[in-house]
Amino acid sequence: MLEEDEFMLVVNGEERLIKASADMPLLWALRQEVGLSGVKFGCGAGLCGACTVHLDGSPVRSCVLPLGSVGSSEVTTLEGIQDDPLAERLFDAWLEIDVMQCGYCQAGQIMSAHALLKDNPTPSNEEIDMAMEGNICRCGTYPRIREAIRIASEEEEA
Amino acid sequence: MATGQDASTLDRRAFLKVSALVGGGMALSLTMPGMARGADSDEVVELTDFVTIDHAGLITIAAKNPEIGQGVKTSLPMLIAEELDCAWDQVNVVQADFDPSRYERQRAGGSLAIRFEWLPMRQAGAAARQMLVAAAAETSGLPASELSTASGFVRHSASGRKWSYGELASAAARQPAPDLAKVELKDPKDFGIVGKPTVGVDSARVLRGEALFGIDTRMPGMLHAVLETAPAHGGKLKSADTSAAKAARGVVAVLKLDGIGGPDAMTDCVAVIATNHWYAEQARKLLTLEWDLGAAKGHSLDAYAKEAARLHDADKGAELRRDGDAPARLAEAAKVVRARYSYPFIAHATLEPQNCTALYKDGALEMWAPTQTPDRGVGMIEKLLGIPADRQTVHITRIGGGFGRRLFADFMVQAAALAKAMPGKPVQLLWNRAEDIKRDFYRPGGWHSFAAGLDDDGKLIAFTDHFSTFGSEGKPHHSASMQPIHFPAGLVEDLLYTMDVIDTVIPMGPLRAPGSNALAHAFQGFLDEVAEAAGKDLPTLMLELCAEDRVIGEDTNAWGTGWAFKTARARGVIEKVLKDSGWAKRGSGDGRGMGFGFYFSHQGYFAEVADVSVEGEDVKVHKLWVAADVGSHIVNPMGAEAQVTGAIVDGLAQAMGQRISFTDGVIEQENFDTFPLGRISATPEISVSWVKTDNPPSGLGEPALPPVVPALTNAIYAAGGKRIRDLPIQSWT
Repeated sequence: MLEEDEFMLVVNGEERLIKASADMPLLWALRQEVGLSGVKFGCGAGLCGACTVHLDGSPVRSCVLPLGSVGSSEVTTLEGIQDDPLAERLFDAWLEIDVMQCGYCQAGQIMSAHALLKDNPTPSNEEIDMAMEGNICRCGTYPRIREAIRIASEEEEA
Repeated sequence: MATGQDASTLDRRAFLKVSALVGGGMALSLTMPGMARGADSDEVVELTDFVTIDHAGLITIAAKNPEIGQGVKTSLPMLIAEELDCAWDQVNVVQADFDPSRYERQRAGGSLAIRFEWLPMRQAGAAARQMLVAAAAETSGLPASELSTASGFVRHSASGRKWSYGELASAAARQPAPDLAKVELKDPKDFGIVGKPTVGVDSARVLRGEALFGIDTRMPGMLHAVLETAPAHGGKLKSADTSAAKAARGVVAVLKLDGIGGPDAMTDCVAVIATNHWYAEQARKLLTLEWDLGAAKGHSLDAYAKEAARLHDADKGAELRRDGDAPARLAEAAKVVRARYSYPFIAHATLEPQNCTALYKDGALEMWAPTQTPDRGVGMIEKLLGIPADRQTVHITRIGGGFGRRLFADFMVQAAALAKAMPGKPVQLLWNRAEDIKRDFYRPGGWHSFAAGLDDDGKLIAFTDHFSTFGSEGKPHHSASMQPIHFPAGLVEDLLYTMDVIDTVIPMGPLRAPGSNALAHAFQGFLDEVAEAAGKDLPTLMLELCAEDRVIGEDTNAWGTGWAFKTARARGVIEKVLKDSGWAKRGSGDGRGMGFGFYFSHQGYFAEVADVSVEGEDVKVHKLWVAADVGSHIVNPMGAEAQVTGAIVDGLAQAMGQRISFTDGVIEQENFDTFPLGRISATPEISVSWVKTDNPPSGLGEPALPPVVPALTNAIYAAGGKRIRDLPIQSWT
């Protein structure tokens, strides 16, 4: 039986017992209670996308998602998609043209790109922009983000 | 210490120290791949300060400067590997700790890495190579002159014998260190690594979510701190009731700290230290603090704008440069163009907010710092907190964006002060986004009143600029100044620059291409108007002004950032971008147009053309063409192009919507809703061309940014939109 401030999260396929206040955003539970670094703090207001994780496969901003509302939904971070074939295509494309500069936003970019290609394996340029609009890259790597998503989606087609 | 934190280091003494500190259980995460190969760490041989080789042949190269996304952790080791004459896939790169005795300058700033390190890094690689050749000569008894190197082997072509660098490492380490000035360097035509598109050394690790950044630093028992500072700049703490915060969940301590050393160190603040950043943030809201905000009374952007308008109407600035008699020539000119331009304060907004982790134990301070200037932090901590520099260790972490913000070391001083107050406990200080935007050192705003005189033939014969900027006691802040030699000085016979300085309490600092990022807009925007009045276009006017081969200014100064402007190099990039963009055949009307901008900064010559559509208030940028001259070589074309396209995205976002405003010293923006950064949908296609000239290679972090601002505003005008004289283009409140 869980206490009022205990939460059984399913993170990257594993159950994790977190003892924390219910209003703690999922971001801080993942970074500082679970110890994951593939989810980043950027704005704390759902405006930059650096903290993007998947909740039952859909991208969410973990900086504005209270721990108490996660329930039994499966939480997936960048660490949790490492062996996923779609993620591997994205990683390959990301490295082929070396998308990143400082790299800080890239975990969030990958999580959003992954969610896009899962639902829409061959997105148009406009669909790419729409899906990635919530992820800020302060270094301005957008041209290569677009290109890498195209490369990963073309491999899907081929 | 970290799980996977990149604090691995070439300094074996430091390695052992850190290993001992964190205990055996964590040592694996600190181990370099080279070390992991051999169980016996003696198999790793330190050849020089920069090069370590293990017996299996894995070469570890130290990257000395902080990596903020500008690519130096890849490009500087490429220079070493080139002259070491090994294969790039043999190389493992590690970030060097701060150690000026080994690495001298360890800063990220001024687009100086390639300019300053092009030769020293090559010499460092060549020195290690020479030691390996000497070792092969010693081992084989053959004369060194008969030996050559390639791909990590020393070879004797006459006999066909060869030795791998791995097997020579121990003998090489015993060789005397060569005189760097005399080491033999490759002929650039033989380069095999320099000039080859190369993926960043950390890119794969970032994609695995490894703990590389300052904010990712983790240690057992680490505490999380936030700082509550005055709501207005210059504020002093009068009283503090911290009882409610102390009682809040997760809180370990609440500390009242007196300001030391000004805003670039630590102002009065109250620190909340907790077991999780979130608890510290929640408890912070329970603080009851009373501030004296008198120092910033009246320091409001509106008041500054009114003062600037008054100064410009009075037209009595101090003389910055006077050539001939510009006012007299204006009076007799066939046509005079006058306009006022302005630009706002803006923030850096690095995506990784300011943070630093520190541990103070037994009189020694250890820090994990995302800093562009570790030396500055160490010096300030020594001076202000009394911890001697030789008792401080700084691990330079990967950095989630710099743009000049992390040239300030305030977060290091603050983290050190917290650690000193909590001896034996690792403390991570992290600012939230609102603090990051509100406690910045801003790109200063400014105002320019220009006048230009044209003769009957449309030739520019007189030019004046009255510049209002910010500083104190009549002196402009270093990030708010203008060089007397600023274009078109030296190219127009009669010219007058005047300046006045408005006192401010708002902290200012360098932001990506400081000075230039603002002045490019004003000068190239105004010159576009001058060209129009003369019946030509801006690139034609620029080519006329630069028609003769001239060198304006000195090549060097105390900072090594001299301002020698060469007209021939300017012409080269202008002509290239006109050709690339099809400028001569550009259409006009129907709400679409092209604009041009040129700027020279950080030894880089950049000409840029924007193709935009305007519909009502909406601006759509279709494409950007860039022609760049940064000298004879592009070290890493993959990273170099990224710096240029990134600067374009940055400059467009600045011009479109960025503005910091304030009332009585209180900054009015707190997050990306009111301080907008560039997003993917606003990003145009960007084409980059390199114009290679026989000049020393120079840096790329900054100089691509300035000209995109006038290229955009001039394009908006060409497309039938407004003449944009005041930035930002779209107003945000």
